[in-house]
Amino acid sequence: MDSPFNYLQTFGPAAEPLAKLGWGLIAISLLVTVIIAVLLLMAIFKRRQTARPDAQGRIPASREPGGMRWIYIGVGISTVVLFASAAWTVSTIADVAPPAHAPRLTIDVTARQWWWEVKYQSDEPALVFTTANEIHIPAGEPVRINLAGGDVIHSFWVPQLAGKMDVIPGQNNSTWVQADKTGDYFGQCGEYCGAQHAHMEFHVIAQTPEEFVAWRRQQAAPAGAPQDQALQQGQEVFLTRCSVCHKVRGTLAGGNLGPDLTHVASRGTIAAGLLVNNTANDSAWVNDAQALKPGSGMPSLHLPPQDLTDVVNYLGSLK
Amino acid sequence: MADTHFYRTLAISEVSDPDNAEHLQKLWETPSGLHGWLTTVDHKTIGIRYLVTSFAFLLLGGLEALAMRVQLAHADQHVLTPEQYNQVFTMHGITMIFLYALPVLSGFSNYLWPLLLGSRDMAFPRLNAFSYWVYLFSGLFIYASFLAGNGPDSGWFNYVPYTSRDYNPGSGIDFYALGMILFGISTTVGSINFIVTAFRTRAPGMSLNRLPIIIWGTLTASVGNLFAVPAVSLAFLMLWMDRQFATHFFDQSGGGSPLLWQHLFWMFGHPWVYAIVLPAMGIVSDGLPVFCRRPLVGYTPVALSTVATMFIGFGVWVHHMFATGLPTLSLSFFGVASIVITIPSAVAVFAWIATIWLGRPVFTVAFLFFASFVLLFVIGGVSGFMTAAVPFDWQLTDTYFVVAHLHYVLLGINVFPVIGGIYFWFPKMTGKLMDERLGRWNFWLTFIGFNLAFFPMHITGLLGMPRRIYTYPSGYGWDTLNFVTTIGAFLFALGVLLFVLNIVLSLRHGKQAGPNPWDASSLEWAVSSPPPPYNFTVVPKVASRYPLWESYLPEEGSGSVIDQGPLLAQGRETLGTTALDGEPDIIFKMPSDSFAPLIMSLLLTALCYGALIHSGWLSALSLLGVLACLAAWLWPQPELAQSVKYQAKDVHDD
Repeated sequence: MDSPFNYLQTFGPAAEPLAKLGWGLIAISLLVTVIIAVLLLMAIFKRRQTARPDAQGRIPASREPGGMRWIYIGVGISTVVLFASAAWTVSTIADVAPPAHAPRLTIDVTARQWWWEVKYQSDEPALVFTTANEIHIPAGEPVRINLAGGDVIHSFWVPQLAGKMDVIPGQNNSTWVQADKTGDYFGQCGEYCGAQHAHMEFHVIAQTPEEFVAWRRQQAAPAGAPQDQALQQGQEVFLTRCSVCHKVRGTLAGGNLGPDLTHVASRGTIAAGLLVNNTANDSAWVNDAQALKPGSGMPSLHLPPQDLTDVVNYLGSLK
Repeated sequence: MADTHFYRTLAISEVSDPDNAEHLQKLWETPSGLHGWLTTVDHKTIGIRYLVTSFAFLLLGGLEALAMRVQLAHADQHVLTPEQYNQVFTMHGITMIFLYALPVLSGFSNYLWPLLLGSRDMAFPRLNAFSYWVYLFSGLFIYASFLAGNGPDSGWFNYVPYTSRDYNPGSGIDFYALGMILFGISTTVGSINFIVTAFRTRAPGMSLNRLPIIIWGTLTASVGNLFAVPAVSLAFLMLWMDRQFATHFFDQSGGGSPLLWQHLFWMFGHPWVYAIVLPAMGIVSDGLPVFCRRPLVGYTPVALSTVATMFIGFGVWVHHMFATGLPTLSLSFFGVASIVITIPSAVAVFAWIATIWLGRPVFTVAFLFFASFVLLFVIGGVSGFMTAAVPFDWQLTDTYFVVAHLHYVLLGINVFPVIGGIYFWFPKMTGKLMDERLGRWNFWLTFIGFNLAFFPMHITGLLGMPRRIYTYPSGYGWDTLNFVTTIGAFLFALGVLLFVLNIVLSLRHGKQAGPNPWDASSLEWAVSSPPPPYNFTVVPKVASRYPLWESYLPEEGSGSVIDQGPLLAQGRETLGTTALDGEPDIIFKMPSDSFAPLIMSLLLTALCYGALIHSGWLSALSLLGVLACLAAWLWPQPELAQSVKYQAKDVHDD
């Protein structure tokens, strides 16, 4: 079955040994279940000499010998299988603990109720920047993810690339991912974190190394100035109504309570994966976010129609 | 201090003597009416109260489950708001795990133990009544959060910092925290009572290796609880202090640790999981052989594996925390321990199958529930084994796979044996048989509904659906599976409804059962159905593991005597025996009915409420009340002095 969260189908070396182990355990489990079911049915329905009830209609109890053999053989076989599985488990832990070679790229991810802040680290200060909910990585190489908790506990999970790692306030956890093929890999918060735990999706976009370098340069750059009068209007609205929480680099908008929107138009989705990023959805979101994601930090702004159109067009220009 | 004891010579009496019964009835009967209802300490009444109350909580938790299933039947539903959904799933968990799963088993144990052990009541009858009332009030206390406008919404696991005041300012968490401290008192005193009862009030001759397995199960669970419950009571107290008095136990900004909560919670939580299944496994180990017309295969390994499970169960709590970033060495240790704990379970499974194989099954409804339980046990077991494998658990954890697993465990290993156990012991409790035909409908609907609801959840989980999300988008491959689960949930609910219906109808129209309708082997079936308030007219003597089957199984031992023995009737009395061999030792004076347990429970609840609303007056007054009540309760009474040594007539000659 096709699901972007199906972790039995994996695309990288941090997830593949897990899937292999998983398939093995599923096979063992199914086999055990079938064997036990068959034994149970045979035990219930096997042909027996009909017991003669006594004068009061009771079937006398009796003890047929040989029961202990069941326990010896059954438990004996189970123990061997269990210890083999335990050995496989321990060796898989060792396999995926560190990547095959040290990651060259490190990304800091901060989990917040209910979105993901993504910060790219670099030795070049010009390449350090912050974005949200969409993590781009170069395909074919390991990437280190440092996890920081912004509020409550969350869990970083990209099923087809790696298992979960909890994001715990005050604790520096890290994990790594590697995508062998380019593509869009779905991620989701894996630990219950409050009202909108259901809508805390993110995406890991694996690109060719060249595309990735280009993307990174483009994202690191500040936003361009508005190109026409209408966008100018939109920026005005943004600065008055949105800038307390949101940042657009290159403008006066410097809030850091919500996602950095410098290049929001380049992202595939908004509101942590809730909506496809297009004019209609952006407009609905800005106007009445609480109806779409009740409890989220984004208020329902209910802007005058012209302001709404302008600000949404402005957001659409932040490529 | 042997001098302080005086020896009493006990004449051997006959069960058949009507004078004895009449005299005992006067001593032990609780008067009818409100006064008797509020003061009774009869373990049978308390046991039935536990069963009825916990079942009411089960139905309530079931309604919460159905509300969730309606919400999740299709993608993007808006039946419940996110906040409502989160409260409902939280209360569903709290209700089922705390207010249903252990109390229902305590109900069986309270009702059955003295009957199984050949005694007249639990070792501490007033403590028993107290444990029930506190349980009831703790449940009502937690549910009262809804009346205050907000239920806890943090999951039963209640992780900090989401439950800290910063992120969860409402009083729901405080209701939960204080209610759990109250509930912990109930569990603790109940456990102490079971342990002392098991070791000191067995019939003469009932050595430890003749105990029914349900007693092994509850005894093990009780010892486990004594070690496990303090961790969670303490954790909830610390959390409450963090919330109310700004202490920093779990607050990383003040040097505390959010992970400390998880350790404390699961150090309790995992042994608790075994506490709520081991007695139920005991129900099957004792009930199934009756319907297979043979003794349980492997009594000794099954009893020992019960104890072993709890022992290892204290070393696996970290398997709830595999994704918290612990070092690989500890992950390996706890992963392997979690796999190894399957071995004692395998012992029980093969013992049950061999018992059926080598027996002559009688297809009663109780048998159907017990036999199907074996399959559900194995499915819940292998899915648990999969989550024990650390790296794969990094994927499985917090997905619907775990939801499937825990429901196979908790419904399969708790609810199925419980319903089977009711079909088995209902005749003993009420004197009436349950309807077998309606029972079959009941069985098949619950069995099919259960599997239809929960088996697909394994696949939903493998397709990555996270737990505890109030809605999900279409197109992730989860839609059909969720719809099937919802249908299964309603079928299962219908099956449970038939069970309730069967109880109601059978109470009115059920056939008379007689003392031993199943021709079963243990002592409770030797007395009338329902048993008299004093259980046994004379103290029985036990000479084998299956006292009522000695004519069938002479090789198991013989010489149990039930129809004659010492009559203990100078006030409420029961025989105390030695801990290991069950040799007669002392005559326990048993307390009479009393208001103290109820009043004490009410005062403790008032104390918690005072703490909740920050009322110094109410807290101080109820605390004083608690102390006064305790003094009144424990005030020495000469008629309860435990100084009468037992002396059998035939050896006593001074």
